[in-house]
Amino acid sequence: MTNKDDIAISVKGLTKKFGQFTAVDHITFDVRKGEIFGFLGANGAGKTTAMRMLCGLSYPTSGSGSIAGFDVNTQGEEIKRHIGYMSQKFSLYGDLSVKQNLRLFSTIYGMSDREIKTRMDEVMKQLDMESMADARVKSIPVGWRQKLAFATATIHRPEIVFLDEPTGGVDPVTRRRFWELIYQASSEGMTVFVTTHYLDEAEYCNRLSIMVDGKIAALDTPAALKEKYHVATMDEVFRIVAKDAQRSE
Amino acid sequence: MNILGSLIKKEAIHIVRDRRTMMITLFMPLVLLLLFGFAISTEVNDVRVALVTDRHTDASREIAQAFAVNSYFTFTGLASEEDITPLLKQGKIDAALVLRHDGIRTPYQIVVDASNPTVAQAAVAYISGVIKKNSSDIIITRTLYNPQMKSSYNFVPGTLGMIFILICAIMTSVSIVREKETGTMDLLLVSPVKPISIIIGKLIPYFILSCVILAIMLTMAYTVLGLPVSDTIISVIGVSLLYIVLSLSIGLLVSSIVSNQVSALIVSAMLFMVPVIMLSGMIFPVDNMPVVLQGISCIIPARWYIAAMRKLMIQQIEFSGVLKEVIIMAGMTVLLLAVQLGKFNAKK
Amino acid sequence: MSNVIEVNGVSKSYGKIRALDNVSFSVKEGEMFGLIGPDGAGKSSLYRMLATLLLPDSGTLTVLGLDSVKDYRALRSKIGYMPERFSLYPDLTISENLHFFADLFGVKVKENYDLIAPIFTQLAKFPNRPAGKLSGGMKQKLALSCALIHRPPLLLLDEPTTGVDAVSRNEFWDMLATLRHHGITILVSTSYMDEATRCDRIAMIDHGRILRTDTPDRLVEGLDENLYNAVAPDMFRLLAGLRKLPDVIDCYTFGATLHVVTADGFNPEQAKRRLEAEGIEKVEIYPAKGVIEDLFIKLTRNDQ
Repeated sequence: MTNKDDIAISVKGLTKKFGQFTAVDHITFDVRKGEIFGFLGANGAGKTTAMRMLCGLSYPTSGSGSIAGFDVNTQGEEIKRHIGYMSQKFSLYGDLSVKQNLRLFSTIYGMSDREIKTRMDEVMKQLDMESMADARVKSIPVGWRQKLAFATATIHRPEIVFLDEPTGGVDPVTRRRFWELIYQASSEGMTVFVTTHYLDEAEYCNRLSIMVDGKIAALDTPAALKEKYHVATMDEVFRIVAKDAQRSE
Repeated sequence: MNILGSLIKKEAIHIVRDRRTMMITLFMPLVLLLLFGFAISTEVNDVRVALVTDRHTDASREIAQAFAVNSYFTFTGLASEEDITPLLKQGKIDAALVLRHDGIRTPYQIVVDASNPTVAQAAVAYISGVIKKNSSDIIITRTLYNPQMKSSYNFVPGTLGMIFILICAIMTSVSIVREKETGTMDLLLVSPVKPISIIIGKLIPYFILSCVILAIMLTMAYTVLGLPVSDTIISVIGVSLLYIVLSLSIGLLVSSIVSNQVSALIVSAMLFMVPVIMLSGMIFPVDNMPVVLQGISCIIPARWYIAAMRKLMIQQIEFSGVLKEVIIMAGMTVLLLAVQLGKFNAKK
Repeated sequence: MSNVIEVNGVSKSYGKIRALDNVSFSVKEGEMFGLIGPDGAGKSSLYRMLATLLLPDSGTLTVLGLDSVKDYRALRSKIGYMPERFSLYPDLTISENLHFFADLFGVKVKENYDLIAPIFTQLAKFPNRPAGKLSGGMKQKLALSCALIHRPPLLLLDEPTTGVDAVSRNEFWDMLATLRHHGITILVSTSYMDEATRCDRIAMIDHGRILRTDTPDRLVEGLDENLYNAVAPDMFRLLAGLRKLPDVIDCYTFGATLHVVTADGFNPEQAKRRLEAEGIEKVEIYPAKGVIEDLFIKLTRNDQ
């Protein structure tokens, strides 16, 4: 595709088996640096299992790949240190303050005290959250909470950030503000790997893949996919591609 | 009855399908009973004792003889006075008896390693006994009710008291709170089922399970542990059933004040298990506690149950002797159930 | 009894948080009524009140002609309630769950099987599988079957499609449409705005307040005026550029395009020229069709 230095994620024939069951079945794809890559799939298609391998949380049964330059088969710990991860379910500690959350995650990612101080000031300014630095996270509005969650996931300036359904159940205005944050991160060179159930959000991705029964059934730009299936929306694309899914969680 | 039947059936499925909990529930009482009955014993056997004497007399020989034949002692032989400290330090002996003759009387000194006070106390008592036997004073001690002073007896009431709190209170509260957590309780409440049926449907399966455990425990106590069988066994069963119902109502109480399974476990454990062990007289006699703690122990159901069980099982007192305990427990049960029903019927 | 649900001035607070603020709406017999709003809008509190599980601080709820507070006993046997997170017993099998809920309501599965048959057939293939081992879509179907087994005239479905993929969601809405032919009134809530069009009427709810109640078509009427699509290869710069234009009231991402809400005198050609002057290439601006989500954004913009 392009030269090797431009690739943030590259996997070939990545497979994960649990006993007889093949959760992820030979998936192959590349994600360029700075790209917003959508990772879609039906329930039980193997998205979560694939994400866990890409995040260095589990090793593949077979196949190879590199994430931010580290080997998925051997360097799980290195991968974890060079990526950011945010999910809707778990991302912040509600009874800690905004600042305490940021500091906690900086420490977890092993940043030095000086680095933490400069980065925290920078992030607080960037998020325009200085006035609520000492407010407990559970008391701030959901939109701010989401921005903060993204900031904590990227406080250590990871090359890649994995977002697992970051906008589930969030109101349309907040959802859009969050995507603008994603756009900005991407324009600054960060690679964004995102899963979502909102198919209008799939349109915001540079490229996306749709997983069905452990395999990648479609992978292209939103425009190309719509053209290929002769439909107007990603929703229809998804329904066509995923309708033959045999498997469920 | 049909609805109640299906509630009970559903609960029974929950209990039986949860293999791990099921196994723990059935095996834990056995393990605890055997552990307390045999392994953990406050009796002290084989006290290793040395004899130091400055003169060999008939009396000293008799004492040495007495140590050698007594099963509570292991007689390590004669030793010199200087050896005592090193021997105690090295842990080769637990105690030493020093005899110093001054011609007329034989004053004695007992040197004992008190790093384990239980062993030390027992050793002093045993050694004193041996000396008294060999002196001219005659003291006749008669131990009543538990003539061999076996501590395994003593632990049966305590273990029963603990097990039922564990099974009834914790399991019932966790199972109710789980339904609150997953939302199925809402579905039950939205159906035409009466709240009282929901409660009874929860209580009956755990009551039956507790009865099975009671049967196992009593069989064990009366056979393996050799508790004497007598007429009081009927009262034992009766009082235990009352205590089971009381523990179930405690479970209900816990489930009404907490909202998730973890807190149900913690509250049950902290509020009931710890006091049951510490304050119920299971391990530490209630009479030896400071007055304040004695007062607190009065509100702990297990205290009354254990006291009643002691009287019935070990002292073999008739039912009339435990009337006070039974009335207190019955009162607690009625109070708890009344509060619960009132709460459950009231709509939020 | 033309109104199956009648909610009048209902408020509810949890401590300082006002979950519902003077909410009123009504649902007609046989209607599929949608409650559309994000998480935390107060939907679940409303459902719990309708299901007689929660008391309002003030206001009244009349369901099937019965008062939710006074006649709660009578009401409970008449509604089918499916709470958020399909509540089932995970260790009970599919068939045990179904029979248990049938027993609760004192009905036989056989008697009402015709009603759930279209939903249940897929599940009937493996009746002995524990409910906990089912996928989101399957769980959803089982929960719906359990809620329907006593043939209730009213179904209360709280976020039945949350966490379920687009294909299953679509199937689920098809199932609901079939149920309406049996005359069942359905109140359904969702945070997916695009699902609004599947309802006869909807109430848009946010921060405990009803924003608007009407048919989906009527709600979006008039939205098309002064609403444009904008696209360019560099969407992020386009967004920033459009926001700086004087006639642009709001601009936000909308699927593959940007939606631009403008003032009356907006001229697309002029805007395009200005943007290109700023170095944003290949800009296209053309009229857009407003949908519920546009309305929601319009109504909530000032809150944020």
